[in-house]
Amino acid sequence: MTTHTHPHTHQHYLHIHEHDLASTHHHPATYPLLSIRDLSVRFTQYERGLRQITLETVSSLSLSVDVGEVLAVVGASGSGKSLLAQAILGILPANARISGKMTFQGQELTAQRQQQLRGREIAFVPQSVDYLDPLMKVGRQVQGVRNSRQQQQAVFERYGLAPFVAHLYPFQLSGGMLRRVLIACAVIEDVSLIIADEPTPGLSHAAALEVMRHFRELADEGRAVLIITHDINLAFDVADSIAVFYAGTIFEHAPMADFIAGPDALRHPYTKALYRALPKHGFKPHPGTQPYAGALPAGCLYAKRCEWSTPECEQGTIEMRALRGGMVRCIHAL
Amino acid sequence: MHVSRWISSSISAATYILGTTARLLSLLLAVSILSFCLVSAAPFDPVTAFIGPEAVISPEQKAAIAAHWGLYDPPPLRYVAWLNNVLHGDMGISLIYRQPVTEILLERALASLALMGLAWALSGILGFVMGVVCGVFKGSVFDKITKTCALALSVAPTFWLALLALMVFSVFLQWFPMGMAVPAGKLAGDVTLADRLWHLILPALVLSVSGVANVTLHTREKMVTALASNYANFARARSESRWQLVRRHGLRNVALPALTLQFASFAELFGGSVLAEQVFSYPGLGSAVTAAGLRGDIPLLLGIALVSALFVFSGNVIANVLYGLIDPRIRESAKPFRPKQKKLPDTSSTSPLPNTPDTSSSPVSLPSPLPPVIALKPTGYHRRPGGCSHD
Repeated sequence: MTTHTHPHTHQHYLHIHEHDLASTHHHPATYPLLSIRDLSVRFTQYERGLRQITLETVSSLSLSVDVGEVLAVVGASGSGKSLLAQAILGILPANARISGKMTFQGQELTAQRQQQLRGREIAFVPQSVDYLDPLMKVGRQVQGVRNSRQQQQAVFERYGLAPFVAHLYPFQLSGGMLRRVLIACAVIEDVSLIIADEPTPGLSHAAALEVMRHFRELADEGRAVLIITHDINLAFDVADSIAVFYAGTIFEHAPMADFIAGPDALRHPYTKALYRALPKHGFKPHPGTQPYAGALPAGCLYAKRCEWSTPECEQGTIEMRALRGGMVRCIHAL
Repeated sequence: MHVSRWISSSISAATYILGTTARLLSLLLAVSILSFCLVSAAPFDPVTAFIGPEAVISPEQKAAIAAHWGLYDPPPLRYVAWLNNVLHGDMGISLIYRQPVTEILLERALASLALMGLAWALSGILGFVMGVVCGVFKGSVFDKITKTCALALSVAPTFWLALLALMVFSVFLQWFPMGMAVPAGKLAGDVTLADRLWHLILPALVLSVSGVANVTLHTREKMVTALASNYANFARARSESRWQLVRRHGLRNVALPALTLQFASFAELFGGSVLAEQVFSYPGLGSAVTAAGLRGDIPLLLGIALVSALFVFSGNVIANVLYGLIDPRIRESAKPFRPKQKKLPDTSSTSPLPNTPDTSSSPVSLPSPLPPVIALKPTGYHRRPGGCSHD
């Protein structure tokens, strides 16, 4: 087992691959493990009778994560973060349509490849007890369809789950046990990417921190970990970089160090506002709300609330661009 | 420790059985009082029912019979007299069959049980299989056709279906006999089991139709819900194939509600059998109740009311008990989980992070997240599989 190193000593910089942004296939070895370009997820719904509306719940989202790295995708509850995880795994509801390009290990992540990879190369850590079969004992569920009982026992031991826990049903688990069981489900498969969707709800800060450290440990062992969370404070403790999620897209993807350095090191005006809104940084509220997925404005999704806003912001598409060792989606960011 | 546990679980088992018996007795009492009130208020004339409408006797003779039977007594007195006889095992003599009611009930109930049992098994098995297939292949042609047929059949009246089946299969195709339980004109001693089965098939099929339709629709809905659930999605994310998903999670979660529905359907089954037996002239409880009702056979009517109440009640009790035995959320929460702390390995010491206080090592036994359709009182008399040891 790798020795635990403090995340902040990792002087990680983001894996910015300019050629990757151009989405070509030159040197697979230099690609990050997972790369997402302009991912959009749309839902077609019927509203009041037969009127069809399209909800763009994830729009032109770009990010990348590499081996050894913990990436925290941080955003408000209900902003469509969970759909990002489902889109990567290919388990979106049937009425969802996706566009954009995802690559895994340098190769395009098609629906067919997603089906081959999920559970084998990409593992999912869900957010609640609903994701376990209520009528099946926990041990059998962790074991899954491809692993042995010995593997299940080994992974239980790793996470401090006593043998009797294997004979419990999901409803009998405590909150902390449940978290460890869900992580065990991911760890028992020898995957290279772990996607965790809100892995710490209902836990005390200490227990949540322990869960986050489990993820740190998994990344240090040579996996990529993508954690989707609304709790930026938890991300501070273990992540190498943070991607700021807003109204279905990523505004900024910055190394952890920039979030420690403060608003001047950060790039996007929303990230700066978010930083100042944190209790320990002044608790300064930021007026306005995120736009509704059914009525996204043209141009920048943040223009209506932004102090830097100019007429150009509300036109065309704002591209994600590399800036000072991070990524930002703002034409004015310096 | 073990003895005290055994005693406490025996006590709760006894409490459950006593409670159920008390409820059964009060139900039977209520049913008998209500039925007695209804038949007393109905324009039945037991004397005419007994002697037959054609027989000519003088009003004085009629009055003498009525007085002999105590028909001029006030109704509460008559009820008490009837109840007293019933408690002594005498349910009276049927006015139209001239036989003790208990004998008729026994004979008819056996015939009816064969019919209803066959229909019940058919509707359960066929409905479950079709529902599972429809749910797994939701939106397919098979699903659409089955769903439409099931919706239509579940609202079709049984007597109409019975008439239709008789016309098609007995009159035109002549595959099955025209009703009755045995061939007409054959000596009772010569009737074979094959004869009985041959007469049983068509009524049982007709009786099972609405059951099949309901069970299919219900199972389909549950299967669709199960396969769209978060746990199915998680299993999918862990590379389980469609069949593994259905086998490991679908069937498991569908079987429980299906079983409950199956046992709770006794009331509908009995109601359907009244109509089906009438159309097929099948000599079961159903046709007996029609005859008794039409011809004013009060003792038989009361007897059948009691038997049918008992029948439906036992269906519900079986559903309750089975649910408690099968569903782990009820079975396990009925007995609060108490790990033996001394024998357990210290979970916090094996944790990879010894500094963090382990806030989560004691499992909690929450109440069932999904209360069953018919709630079982958490009596806790169900034995845990593997006894009470977790080590």
